[in-house]
Amino acid sequence: MTLDTGTRDAILATVPSLRAFAVSLCGNLDRADDLVQETLTRALANIDSFRPGTNMAAWLFTILRNQFRSEYRKRRREVEDADGTHAQSLQAPPEQFARVEFDELRQALAKLPEDQREALVLVGASGFSYEEAANICGCAVGTIKSRVNRARTHLAQLMSLGDEDFARRGVAESGS
Amino acid sequence: MKAPKTVRGNQARLDRNVQNEIGRNLRAMYNDVVEQGVPDRFAELVAKLDPSSTPSKPTRKE
Repeated sequence: MTLDTGTRDAILATVPSLRAFAVSLCGNLDRADDLVQETLTRALANIDSFRPGTNMAAWLFTILRNQFRSEYRKRRREVEDADGTHAQSLQAPPEQFARVEFDELRQALAKLPEDQREALVLVGASGFSYEEAANICGCAVGTIKSRVNRARTHLAQLMSLGDEDFARRGVAESGS
Repeated sequence: MKAPKTVRGNQARLDRNVQNEIGRNLRAMYNDVVEQGVPDRFAELVAKLDPSSTPSKPTRKE
């Protein structure tokens, strides 16, 4: 395999957002970094299958997403009988990035179905287009759109933002 | 007949505000991690696995 400077720079440039995506998926910085580590190792071992000129970020996100999927399924099988410890580990934020202001959102995200969570983060935070997100998740563009919409509705309900107080606050804030 | 329209208008505005707020929070949470940059362990990993940086074959003349 060969790794030219341009490719290496493109990989390194993607690492910060790759980590942010991983944290959004697993809700835990330590596990997220392990996931990024596995993703990079796998990507570098298969760098020949990356087509130069195509989107490096989308390629790495796809690897990470698939890695998370297979690991998540494995873990869930392992802890299925262990009194919901997995559900807890998904929702309990570790100390090192327990920014209180994001706690509510983090917990609400963890309660979303995985399909909806990844679609919302890819489109709403990572800045991928619906088409790119569909490629990363291996599904149709329409499917991504409906997952993002359901995720937004679902989050609004979970965070009980749909009340009048919030509406006034939102208006006041956006006017400032 | 104006009242129902206003109610619907308020609801639509409420929904927009809610969605804007969720979007803002989501991006803020995400960018909080992005701004941490590239941790050393990953910079080292990429450098280590890069064959052009291993001493097994000379990459430049001395």
